[in-house]
Formats: sequence, structure tokens, C-alpha cells
Amino acid sequence: MTQLIRQELYKTFRRPRTYISFAIIAAVTLIIEAALYADGKTFVNFALSGITEQFDVNGNIINGYLVTYIILQSLVVNIPLLVALVAGDTLAGEANLGTLRLLLTKPISRSQLVWAKFLASVVYTLMLLIWLAIISLGLSLLIFGKGDLINMKSDQIVMLLKDDVAWRYVAAFGFAALAMTSVAALSVLLSVFAENSIGPIVSTMGIILFFTIITNLGLPSFEVVKPWLMTTHMIAWKGFFDNPVPYDAILHSALILGAYIVVFVGVTIFIFNRKDIQS
Amino acid sequence: MTPILSAQNLTKSFKNFKAVDDVSFSIAKGTVYGFLGENGAGKSTTMRMLLGLIKPDRGKVMINGVEFNNQRRYLLKHVGAIIERHDMYGYLSAWDNLRMMAQLSNSDISEKRLRDVLELVGLKGRERDKVKAYSQGMKQRLGIAIALVHEPELLILDEPTNGLDPQGIAEIRELILHLSKDMGKTVLISSHLLYEVEQVASQMLILHKGRKVIEGNVKELLDPKETLFEIKLATDTVLVQRLNESRWQPFLVSETDDTLTFKLHPAQVPDLNRWLVAHDAAVMEIKSKHSLEAYFLSLTHDPTDTTGTV
Repeated sequence: MTQLIRQELYKTFRRPRTYISFAIIAAVTLIIEAALYADGKTFVNFALSGITEQFDVNGNIINGYLVTYIILQSLVVNIPLLVALVAGDTLAGEANLGTLRLLLTKPISRSQLVWAKFLASVVYTLMLLIWLAIISLGLSLLIFGKGDLINMKSDQIVMLLKDDVAWRYVAAFGFAALAMTSVAALSVLLSVFAENSIGPIVSTMGIILFFTIITNLGLPSFEVVKPWLMTTHMIAWKGFFDNPVPYDAILHSALILGAYIVVFVGVTIFIFNRKDIQS
Repeated sequence: MTPILSAQNLTKSFKNFKAVDDVSFSIAKGTVYGFLGENGAGKSTTMRMLLGLIKPDRGKVMINGVEFNNQRRYLLKHVGAIIERHDMYGYLSAWDNLRMMAQLSNSDISEKRLRDVLELVGLKGRERDKVKAYSQGMKQRLGIAIALVHEPELLILDEPTNGLDPQGIAEIRELILHLSKDMGKTVLISSHLLYEVEQVASQMLILHKGRKVIEGNVKELLDPKETLFEIKLATDTVLVQRLNESRWQPFLVSETDDTLTFKLHPAQVPDLNRWLVAHDAAVMEIKSKHSLEAYFLSLTHDPTDTTGTV
């Protein structure tokens, strides 16, 4: 099994396509950082225009923590696509290449192969998030420095002191890893039905977008399904930037995302074990 | 002796199409076994069932007397296979492809073994090139190296000469003969290139529309007494009267304006040729029709269509 996982990682990180996601994250992050560096004050004045009449806001407002928060908000819809780009290719890409039948004539079980591919996708997802953390948080702190984080929500403003922010980012990235793992599991599941990777990638994004729309629309008829949609819980990382942190809600979301992962991987193994390999 | 591979009543349908219908056969150790059939006859589906890629609706596969489904992983350690296309990871080198596949079969395979197998298939010196830069023939040879690297007893090669030029086909043929004669491997080879199977196989099975038509020893099925020879003459040659009065008349099977077909032992052909020349016949061509191809066509063609059948 270790051998199989090592091989899956080797194949993933030797393929040029894998690095497209890293390049996209770097490009988007650098553009946002450059724009905020050049025009940050205008942006902050606009964002704070509603509260400066009542409060006196001073200090390093455009700091590394705020810039990172803005970047994460901007990328929240895009990261699942970048995860699906590799995870959706796991089984379907092998079927398309014709290497799936080659693998399955070797003395490995189909369940082992699914696990190895899923775990390789998880490692890729973690690497992507670590890269995002380095390029957004690391670089932003280097360029803009530390400062208190002003988290503007629709109904309140949360002010977090600069010494109280770093651990929140660690926790938020940890939760994002779980959320993106659920997206990877969905992509691997969709990958089992296809013989080229376009289908699973587009389908994953379609499902995520559809669920996100339902999550964000305040229609009463959607209230019944909302608590069970993965997209409702994928954004629970934002809770770490509330004061106090809603730990119960975050734990609840983590458990639901964990359940999604278990179901997606279980169904993938079930279907793949019964599938005729005709590609 | 227990056959190395036996298939019992294999049957598989896809929706309403019966791809393989009640096919049984067995292969003795050390033989090269030919699996013949036109495209769509069910060869690849059968081979995929032998390897567990497709689950049969009915029937079972035994390797060395052990049912495949019960010991799949153990049995696959003793099998090497190429199924249809010889696809690999084009963005990796041949060495990486071979090493990875070898490790999945046996984690103890040495680098020396990898080098030896690459030398055996003629890829020494090109192992660091990316596979996407390889020709069809090189990919096919790498596929055979992957099938061979863990030293399996049984090789299952589905259409191994597909897409190769004549030289490539000859090289693969030589390699298969070498593996069988010098290394004692059992080889199951499928092809629609009937001549190729005739060249390497000692046993064969013909599949037609998913059903087994015949199974047997290639030499016995190709009894030379049954050989047909087509003799093409210049069109102005008039020989019929003389032939009917000669000793060759009983051997004459059919005649057209310019072609005479005889059923002869091959040793009689020079005599017949001398007789024809002595009687002023302009012999343009003498062609043996009793190849496996003719035999195959006689078994699989519509009986109401007499053209091209034996």
C-alpha cells in the first residue's frame, strides 16, 4: 500500500498539469497583493466608510492579516476547482490513458488503488493549501507587516488584536484542508464513472456551484436542505475569525464534512470493485 | 498435468449484446496458444475476463488449478499481460514506467533485472527517454518488458503486433518464440493477423461472434494433404482438355479462365509445374491457399457464400 501511495504521488507531482494550480494561486495572490499595495488606502476608506463617521479608526489597517483574509475570500470558490483539476483525473485520467487496465493486471486490489489515489489527492490538496498559506499569509506579512484584523461582517465588526490572529489562521487552514478533502473525495467519486478527466472536473464544479447557490440564497424552501449541504459547512473556517469562536458549530461542520468524505470514498470503492474495465 | 490456465463456460453480455458465449479452453504449461478471431469476435473480452478486468456473467477462470476470483492478487504475481493498446505514462521515462510496474508485482525486483529486461526487448540505451517520444514499436516492446519484468509463468498478450511495421512484427514474433522455447514461458497470444499466430502458436482456438468455433493443435489443423494451390496462367493458355486426360485431373478442384485450383501434397507441386511448362502453359503464379487464414475463413464465413472458402 505504501508503495502504491508513493507511486501515485510520484505520478501526480511529475505531471506538468499539477503545477497549473500552484501557478494560478501564485498569480491571483500576487495580483491582489500588488493592487492592495498600490491602492490599499482607497479600498480601506471605501470599506470603512460606514463606520468612520461613528468611530475613529487608526493604525496599520492594511496589514498582512487583512490582506490574507481578502485573498481567502476571493479564492473561496476557486480552490475547489483547483482541487478537482487533479482529484477528478485520478481514475478517469488512468482510464483515458489506458493505464487503468495495466494497473489492474498487477497484484493490487481495486480498493487499495482507490485509497492510494484518494490519499495522493489529499496530499496534493494539503500542498496546495500550504502553498496558499505561504504565498498569501507569509508574503502578505512580509510586505504589509502585522496589525489588528478588522473582520467586517454584514451585521457586525469583529476586531481581533494582532497577537490573537496567527493561531486563527493555522486553525482556518486546518479546517480548509478538511473542506477541500471533501471536494477531493467528491471528485474521485465522479472520476470512477468517466473515461476522461473533463467530466469529473466540470461535474465537481457544477455540484459545488449549485450547492453554493442554494446555500447563499435565503429562500425558505432551501432551509430544509441547507444544513446538510457540504457547501454550507465548507465555509465554517470563517468562524475562527469571530469573537468568541463558535467551536460547537465548527465541530458540527467538521463532522458533517467528515461524513461526506467517508460516504464518497466508500461509494467509490463499492462502485469501482464492481466495474468492468473496458477502457 | 494441471493446465496453467483454464477457462470454463465463460459468458459475458453487454446490455443485449452477447460478447462471449460459453467459451471453455485450457492451456498446457510451456505452450504458445493462439487466440484467433476477427475484430469483435470476443477475444479481448475473454482476455479481460481471464485477468479479472471484466467480471463474467457465468463461468470461471482457473490458474494452476486455483480459481482466479479466490486468489486474484496471488495469481496475478504469476501473470504478465498486455491488453490491446500498449499505453503507459507518456510524461515519464521508460525506466520509470518499468520500475513502477515492476514494484507493483514484486517490490524486490533489482535494477539489474530492469536493465536485463530492457536489453531483452531491445530498448537498452533508450530507457531514459520519455515514453511520449517512443514509436509504436518501442511502446509495444516496453509493454512486453512490463509484462515480463517480474518473471511470470504465463504471458497474456492481446494483439501484441497491432500497429507495428513488418520489421516490428517480425521482432515481436522472434521474441515470443524465444520466450517460449528458451525461457519456458507459457504464452497466450491473440491476433486477427492469422499468419502471425500460425507462425508462433502450437495450439489455437478460433472465436467467431463470441463462440468457440474450434480448438486444437495447429499442425493437425493444417494437414498438408489438404493444401490447396492456386495456379495462375496467362489467359491465352488452353489446357483443360489435356488436363482432363492427364494424371492431374483427380487433383483439380476448380478452374476459371486463368486460374486452376488443385488439392495437392506440397511435394507434388514441382511435378505439376514441370508438367504444365512441358505442355506450353505460361505459369504466372503458384500460391498456397491452405494457410490458417483459408482454414479460418472456411470456419467463420457464411456457408451460403462460397467465394473464398475452402
